[in-house]
Amino acid sequence: MQLALVIDPGKCTSCKQCEMACAYENEQTFNPAKSRIRIFDFHEEGRFVPYTCTQCDEAWCQSACPVNAITTDQASGVKLVHDNLCVGCKVCTIACPFGTINYNADTGKVIKCDMCGGDPACAKACPTDAITYSDIEQSGFDKMKAWAAKTDQAAQS
Amino acid sequence: MAWTKKLLRINLTAGEITTEPLNMEWAQEYLGQRGLATKYFTEETDPNVDPLSPENKLIFATGPLTGTCASTGGRYSVITKGPLTGAIACSNSGGYFGPELKFSGYDMVILEGKSPTPVYLSIFNDKIQLRDASHLWGKTVWETDGIIKAEVQDPLAHVATIGVSGEKGVLYSCIVNNMHRAAGRSGVGAVMGSKNLKAIVARGSNGVQVRDPQGFFAATDAGKKVLAENAVTGEGLPAFGTQVLMNVINESGAMPTRNCRDTVFEGAHDISAEAMAEPRRSDGKANLSTNQGCFGCTIACGRVSTIDPTHFTVQGEDKERYKHASGGLEYEAAWALGSATGVNDLDALTYAQFLCNEHGLDPISLGSTIAAAMDLYEEGVIGDNITGGINLNFGNAEALVKVVELVGTAEGFGAELGMGSKRLCEKYGRPELSMTCKGQEFPAYDPRGIQGMGLTYATSNRGGCHLRSYTVSSEILGIPEKTDPLATEGKAGLVKAFQDATAAVDSAGICVFTTFAWTLDDIAPQIDTACEGGWTPEKLMEVGERVWNMERRYNMAAGILGDQDTLPERVMKEASKAGPAKGLVSGLDKMLPEYYELRGWSTDGTPTGETLSRLGL
Repeated sequence: MQLALVIDPGKCTSCKQCEMACAYENEQTFNPAKSRIRIFDFHEEGRFVPYTCTQCDEAWCQSACPVNAITTDQASGVKLVHDNLCVGCKVCTIACPFGTINYNADTGKVIKCDMCGGDPACAKACPTDAITYSDIEQSGFDKMKAWAAKTDQAAQS
Repeated sequence: MAWTKKLLRINLTAGEITTEPLNMEWAQEYLGQRGLATKYFTEETDPNVDPLSPENKLIFATGPLTGTCASTGGRYSVITKGPLTGAIACSNSGGYFGPELKFSGYDMVILEGKSPTPVYLSIFNDKIQLRDASHLWGKTVWETDGIIKAEVQDPLAHVATIGVSGEKGVLYSCIVNNMHRAAGRSGVGAVMGSKNLKAIVARGSNGVQVRDPQGFFAATDAGKKVLAENAVTGEGLPAFGTQVLMNVINESGAMPTRNCRDTVFEGAHDISAEAMAEPRRSDGKANLSTNQGCFGCTIACGRVSTIDPTHFTVQGEDKERYKHASGGLEYEAAWALGSATGVNDLDALTYAQFLCNEHGLDPISLGSTIAAAMDLYEEGVIGDNITGGINLNFGNAEALVKVVELVGTAEGFGAELGMGSKRLCEKYGRPELSMTCKGQEFPAYDPRGIQGMGLTYATSNRGGCHLRSYTVSSEILGIPEKTDPLATEGKAGLVKAFQDATAAVDSAGICVFTTFAWTLDDIAPQIDTACEGGWTPEKLMEVGERVWNMERRYNMAAGILGDQDTLPERVMKEASKAGPAKGLVSGLDKMLPEYYELRGWSTDGTPTGETLSRLGL
């Protein structure tokens, strides 16, 4: 079973607890600006969407890195940035189609979600289960179940 | 150490910007936010200052827990002398602005004087500028928010601004941050406008540190668990928002209706949380789109709503901006714009709420002032010549939205309504029709049906207000224990205890709604692990009592004495006509002497020397 961050925007309230947990885990301070996960507020639609690196199987950031500073953790599939190798060239930030790897001016290195070594702080901090750390192969299960129930109701009526 | 230990002082007259260390001795006595900023304010500002003159000051203040992961740790307050009341004003807001101010590196900003031309203040860490705002003068809150964000080119910046109502001195105009969160009451927006200050934009890259990180995570996690497991904060507020109260208060016979002519509103269900969740015929959607939390909030009582696209309020091309989701109705707003005016049209109220956000108006004072105007109109005191041809009868939804539009831009009859209910009713020779205490409109709990709220309103340091001691918790919801809402016995002690505890909570950087679930035993460990100073529940109660007496003393020096600890004649003399409170008036006279005694004040409501010295004042 491979675990991943499974995000359900419908449950997000934009409370920023995930951002603070991420910032504290990685930078030992409270400030959402230091977070690797971000909640986007689509005000006019009434939707709040948490977004972070989805750990691509074939990762553009990794392919683009000229010094092989990004590696794959074989057990979890997580793409890791090695600070001792990263030269801060930022090519990965251009290559990533999703914008989830970013340059940190304070350190001169790039930062991205590393799933906190298998115990993601954001998922633990989320009060509504909008972010869970669960089996990626079953990430559609809840949606399927909801639609199955609806289909069944339709069939019965 | 959750304080940044630094404050920002801006002299708008001279355009001078300075920083200074936070007075840490005072921080130990007044904690932060409401308490600490009021200490600075009362030390620096003459109690007899004209609230709208350059000599008045305006303070934006955060608390030690603002910007941390403590649940609801995102609050800030605005402290000034209020133009509606002439009393100390302190308005509290959520959203995401307060933490950003703190991330910039400041616990508070003290604004002095008056800028010669319109400006806005930009705070990006230690890069602080007063920038020209002449192009923003005359713009709405929503327009200003968008323009400033585009100018500073930073998607993480947060804006607090006034609308045109604040520029033109509407006496209950607010300061709105994040489009629909507001430092709402007592006209703090008018003070900002009088200083030619349109907005503050903040963005910080400094973090907040806490004294004992491990202990802090343990304490805040425990706090979040308590909130999640509590029926009000874990279920009622997230699902229904504060609007969960609409049917509850109505059934208690404590719904101030049609300017307090009645205490039960027959249309309450139509404008309730339950109605907001009903799918409508036109598009199959409910009024409520989703709930939203402010910064750090694990309760998430905020409402995000849409208006029925077929409703009369959103017809026409110039109404495009109201056709999307936006900040929806809270209970106080639904009551003020609805029950108080007798209007049961949910979409009209939602539209009026959007207008309050867009123009920066306090819906409580606005709705109550409109209700008073409707009373004057129905009594034949004012006619169509005064209202500009608007049929201002109770229950008229079209008239309601028309006058809200007019107050938003302070035009025509709207400018008169912008004075608030007290001045309006005095102008037309019927002061008894104003439902105010110390000049501020009281909110959504009739003192005849919830007796403790009568004493709450009468003794509130910022004028009629529910957020200084929300005894509804005890009298209706049974938190922390149930008391009889129709009885006066024991209410003096209840009000004092709520006032002191609330003053401490308002000084910490967290939301008073946590106290539906939290006691000071839950709160103290969160402050103590964040801050130096050995913060116990007892120390917090002492801070709260000190803050309360400090505010009281400032008001008395401003000429607001014990004789103003009173309620409108209507709720003192005209008995409730229906519901559980039928036949009752407010028993304020029975509660007030006991309250003074418990406070250690003289029989005329003056804090005694002994009380003041006990509190170190």
